[in-house]
Amino acid sequence: MTDSLDTRAAAATPVRVAREIRGLSDRAIAWIFVAPTIFLLLAINIFPLIWTIRLSFTNFKANRNRDLEWVGLRNYERILGDSDIWLNMQATAHFLFWTIFFQVLIGFTLAYLINKKFKGNDLWTTIIVLPMMLSPAVVGNFWKFLYQPQIGLFNYVIAFFTGKEPSSFEMLGSVNLAPWSIVIVDTWMWTPFVMLICLAGLRSIPDYIYEAAEVDRASKLRQFFTITIPMVLPFLMLAVLFRGIENFKMFDLVVQLTGGGPGSITELTSINLKREAFEKWRTGYASAYAIILFVTVFGLASIYVKALNKVKER
Amino acid sequence: MKTFKLATVSALSIAAATTASTAQAEDLTLCWAAWDPANALVELSKEFEGQSGHKMSFEFIPWPNFADRMLNELNSGGKLCDLLIGDSQWIGGGAENGHYVKLNDFFDAESISMSDFADATVYAYSTWPKGTPNYYALPAMGDANGWFYRKDWFARDDIKAAFKESTGRDLGEPKSQKELLEIAQFFQGREIDGKTVYGASIFTERGSEGITMGITSALYPWGFKYENTPGKYDMDGAVNSPEAVEALEFYKEFYETATPPGYTNSYMGESLDAFKSGQVAMAMNWFAFFPGLYADPNTGGDNIDFFVNPPQNQAGSTLGGQGISVVAYSDKQDAALEYIKWFANPDVQAKWWSLGGYSAHNAVLNDPGFKDSAPFAGDFLEAMGAVQDFWQEPAYAELLLAMQKRMHDYVVADQGTAQEALDKLVEDWTEVFEDEGKL
Repeated sequence: MTDSLDTRAAAATPVRVAREIRGLSDRAIAWIFVAPTIFLLLAINIFPLIWTIRLSFTNFKANRNRDLEWVGLRNYERILGDSDIWLNMQATAHFLFWTIFFQVLIGFTLAYLINKKFKGNDLWTTIIVLPMMLSPAVVGNFWKFLYQPQIGLFNYVIAFFTGKEPSSFEMLGSVNLAPWSIVIVDTWMWTPFVMLICLAGLRSIPDYIYEAAEVDRASKLRQFFTITIPMVLPFLMLAVLFRGIENFKMFDLVVQLTGGGPGSITELTSINLKREAFEKWRTGYASAYAIILFVTVFGLASIYVKALNKVKER
Repeated sequence: MKTFKLATVSALSIAAATTASTAQAEDLTLCWAAWDPANALVELSKEFEGQSGHKMSFEFIPWPNFADRMLNELNSGGKLCDLLIGDSQWIGGGAENGHYVKLNDFFDAESISMSDFADATVYAYSTWPKGTPNYYALPAMGDANGWFYRKDWFARDDIKAAFKESTGRDLGEPKSQKELLEIAQFFQGREIDGKTVYGASIFTERGSEGITMGITSALYPWGFKYENTPGKYDMDGAVNSPEAVEALEFYKEFYETATPPGYTNSYMGESLDAFKSGQVAMAMNWFAFFPGLYADPNTGGDNIDFFVNPPQNQAGSTLGGQGISVVAYSDKQDAALEYIKWFANPDVQAKWWSLGGYSAHNAVLNDPGFKDSAPFAGDFLEAMGAVQDFWQEPAYAELLLAMQKRMHDYVVADQGTAQEALDKLVEDWTEVFEDEGKL
């Protein structure tokens, strides 16, 4: 005789528990199971968010024994009217745009090449994804040495190709080169991630579509633009979303490399926010800053996800 | 039976004695920065352990993280440290936020007199509000920013002749800031023993306090003042005075024309590395490192000599150093105070100097043999006679980070002019003091 699932579940439930839940509706039982998660979500995410919003209207300083004073919108006014913070935003936008641009370009190209069957394919894949497996702190220190103008390998390689003196330029110390130096390192580290996502997209395209295109005598270029790109696009957009969110909050790698310098040229918003919150201890001000960044990321991500869904529906 | 009784009494006596000594002996933790003098203090503290029965543990944090780590510890009411050798600028926050124990009653009870310590160090390391007889620390480690140079290079006939030909004067320790720059520029890019060397290593670090400590070493000799009237926070015209602008332009010129390439974010460690690796003829750093530099088998001994930060319009050195405080959140304050009492002893202070720590005790400093006790001892005394410190306000971190940003933007990132940098600094500092309710 085969017992139904309900019968077996009832038999397996301890008598005491069975007695206690008898009479509860399915919805109530579902709530009992979901409640711990909701409680954790409220405690860890929602409550701190509401608390941060509250603090953003005060002059609270977490390191001082003084009464909390309401300042209205003053923190928001100061932040939005501070030209230095707009420079930090600019630095973040530069970093975000160019890292995503290069990572998508190189990542897709690598994925396209790796997708072609050739000898040593797996070995190359492993070698390419290695940088992504390293800690950002290690990568930061490692590149700091590579960029060292007197002994760094990077300067010697550039010198070899350009004939310039290796110590005649400083990647991390120059105002013009430092923003590019962090873009190079982030691209080196995270292009493999984009490549893997693109590779998953490329491998998800069924062969019969290309075969049908061959029958219709479509050229390779036509196949690439009408089959490959549209079908990989949702994957690419997902990669852009992941990298965008990650790089918007970029901190560790850039702190290791430049510390936000020279001057404040590579001081991304996350670095500046950390200084305000945990070095200057301007908790109220930093809370307003965090809320502005949160709204920016949330707004941009929402628009982007809508666009992504539209692409997927096509 | 008699034997049993005797054994019982003996056992109880031993147990009682053990319990008593356990109740008194504490495991004290002293927090400080990780650097040469900290090792000397470990050695010195063995004597305290022997005398008191307390066990000393140490928490040494690397300098770039020292302020962050320790201020977070204090702000969170942490019990990690019973004793803290905190930076001089923390005294205002330490006192006003209740992090440090006020020591006046203890000093009175134990007959520890602040007049036994050098005035400049008591003022800088112990008092809050500044200059009042309210003591929150005992001067522990006198320090100032000074200079050291390659004596062997300075003594070479070919280099001396080249310098004479180039500048028309003899090569020697600089007598002014401008002479210092001239010497550094002379060495910049020069070939010595087949190797390209550079003028000097100076502080340019952005993250903590580096560039501020370096630039104030130029600002003070030019006569820099934080306020027009002490205590009034009226900074406009003082912080951005023509002398301050000239000093800041001088530092930028120094950075651009007389330092090794790549030193855009350098502080104590980088300065020592540049000197020890034979890259630079001179370097600035804290006196605390000088015993270690002198002992270096390659670049120390006869190859090195030291000089005080040169004057320009006046003598002036950037103050370093720290006082030792009892942390208010410690459960072992009595034992911690015992340590302070022991440390204030003139004999302990003399041993502290002999091990490589910079005592601020007059019994050590006024000893007739002090000046000759080390090649840098005389310079140290001279420097401590003209030291100036950064703001020591409770909002010191905000004031410091504002200066770090403005100075690095101008000197290293080449943004704007010196006048603009100092004007913006006045604006930043005014905003901080307005938030503090002091303006």
